[in-house]
Amino acid sequence: MNYIPNILFALALIAGLGYFAKNVKKLIRNIKLGQDVDVSDNKSLRWKNMARIALGQSKMVKRPVSGFLHVVVYVGFVIINIEVLEIIIDGLFGTHRIFSTVLPDAIYGFLIGCFEILAFLVFISVIVFWIRRNIIKIQRFWKSEMTAWPKNDANYILYFEMVLMTLFLVMNATDLHFQSMDSGNIISQYIAPWFSGLSESSIHIIERAAWWIHILGILVFLNYLYFSKHLHILLAFPNTYYGKINPKGQLNNLEAVTNEVKMMMDPNVDPFAAPAEGVENVMPAKFGASDVQDLSWVQLLNAYTCTECGRCTSECPANLTGKKLSPRKIMMDTRDRLEEVGKNIDANNGEFKDDGKQLLGDYIAPEELWACTTCNACVEACPVSIDPLSIIIEMRRYLVMEQSAAPVELNNMMTNIENNGAPWPYNQMDRLNWKDE
Amino acid sequence: MSEQLKVPTMAQCMAEGRQPEVLFWVGSAGSYDDRAKKITRAFVKILNIANVDFAVLGTEESCTGDVAKRAGNEFLFQMQAVTNIEVLNAYQVKRVVTACPHSYNTLKNEYPELGGNYQVQHHTEFINELMKDGRIKIGGASKLSGKRITFHDPCYLGRANGVYEAPRDLLKSLGVELVEMKRSKNTALCCGAGGAQMFKEPEKGDKDINVLRTEDALETQPNIIATGCPYCNTMMTDGVKAKEKEASIQVLDIAELIANSQE
Repeated sequence: MNYIPNILFALALIAGLGYFAKNVKKLIRNIKLGQDVDVSDNKSLRWKNMARIALGQSKMVKRPVSGFLHVVVYVGFVIINIEVLEIIIDGLFGTHRIFSTVLPDAIYGFLIGCFEILAFLVFISVIVFWIRRNIIKIQRFWKSEMTAWPKNDANYILYFEMVLMTLFLVMNATDLHFQSMDSGNIISQYIAPWFSGLSESSIHIIERAAWWIHILGILVFLNYLYFSKHLHILLAFPNTYYGKINPKGQLNNLEAVTNEVKMMMDPNVDPFAAPAEGVENVMPAKFGASDVQDLSWVQLLNAYTCTECGRCTSECPANLTGKKLSPRKIMMDTRDRLEEVGKNIDANNGEFKDDGKQLLGDYIAPEELWACTTCNACVEACPVSIDPLSIIIEMRRYLVMEQSAAPVELNNMMTNIENNGAPWPYNQMDRLNWKDE
Repeated sequence: MSEQLKVPTMAQCMAEGRQPEVLFWVGSAGSYDDRAKKITRAFVKILNIANVDFAVLGTEESCTGDVAKRAGNEFLFQMQAVTNIEVLNAYQVKRVVTACPHSYNTLKNEYPELGGNYQVQHHTEFINELMKDGRIKIGGASKLSGKRITFHDPCYLGRANGVYEAPRDLLKSLGVELVEMKRSKNTALCCGAGGAQMFKEPEKGDKDINVLRTEDALETQPNIIATGCPYCNTMMTDGVKAKEKEASIQVLDIAELIANSQE
């Protein structure tokens, strides 16, 4: 017996899974560069959110056309993967369609029939996606941040899916034994005749080629994820679990500031007292965020989860009126900078070496940050619970509290609040004047 | 407006040894902004008609800090919050109502962690309860009956806190024709004032947000644009002026619509 195909298959599988595992480790390491944040509360609500939003696609279908097509591709992707299990067993043990020998014909036929229909529907959906993106040119796919890699990445994913679905159907169509069973070949029976002029051995070669390219393609695609916006197919699940569960309007209160304020308000505090022994210095290195390490790890997870669909940007009032702010770009910049920091760490034996760059200024300009109305439209629009607003606020905090770099009118407004308890320069003693006017 | 309003302060109530049912948090806009002061008075008129046992802090009230927090000044926000909470807790306030969604959101969501726990309501929720309890009624033939009104959802009431129905219930009770904008409820477009934008010039762009939002409203061909936020009111009023429609379209707070129906 010839074991070479089995060995080659095993090697390909190990290489594919091994490289993927290596990148997953890197991904987790990068996400953990973020600040710690306690998200251990409300477990049942979090599971529910994940089930509803990620598994149930509840926010995707808010836009019915793209939502429906996405559900097709998503369901197809999940279910067709059962077939990959059979392919892996066959590949490792040199069997052919192992499930057909253990399952009753009717059930096997039913399963493959489902896979074929889904593969066909996925193929059609992906073509529609491609048309929406490249022919109809839907606006949100053509914003200024969607050039070069982000634009190509989106199309590569669609080509990958088209090719994989085609190979799956061709593989079934050229499997003469499977076709002769005539059960489950719902779509492939219409493709089979295209090959009818060929000799049996040629057809067999095509079947083998399709089988191999299909599984190798899947392994390549798996490893493509880490470099692509397509990573959302995995991260949407943890991201919706860790997503914000408070009312959208609620911003976090900075704990370090609370401690400071309490000290200032407490008449019994000795401002010159040395910190008690053993007490850690609770002051953070800085207030707010100027680089990715200052953000929380959930915000970094958000950045890796973003699939650049642009629903946020298409509902952002600032973006709709021609301002530079795009919530999607905030997420893309965060991921790009995080990747850069990660590579820096890899190149310097596990330590980050200052590269003279940071997220603020080199990636995200203050002009973008100051254009935000904090209206939460982006947060509401995101189908996978990303919160771009929280990053914008963290960076404003840095600009204001570390650099006093607020626009001048805002400085006036804040001075008014400090002096007379209102954003306008009116006397606090006049607060009740409206009563008699 | 010269009619006499009954506006007790918490200090007076304390001096009289009584605890009012609810504190009306006026907010900075409601206290100082000429347009917003009319909303404040309209809401107090409703409170008076319904005989609500309420009080205001008056000169003891200070900015909630919402705008400072959203501008990035967490220090200033927390200083304001802690000061306000000391005052509110000293008066043993349990229940707060406000006509400003920004104050509403901050008091309701951001004060509890700092020691301020109150039951907070937006004035549309509060008036809705008064209606349901029969404490105020819409006069027989509503002057507004048949008018086309569109409601602009304030971000900090709607998306931020999920309150969409209370203002709409009130409008419906006025017998008006409520027409929704294409972007409404959770997809409503911001008026452009939030996040401290009210106090600065917008960044460079090709349009002002309030004008875009006003265009949304004009598409519904309304007689009145209703709002529930002093900032939205300013922005929409300016937008209507920019579109030169101020002669035919009014921008009014729901409290004003209800108060006017009481005459």
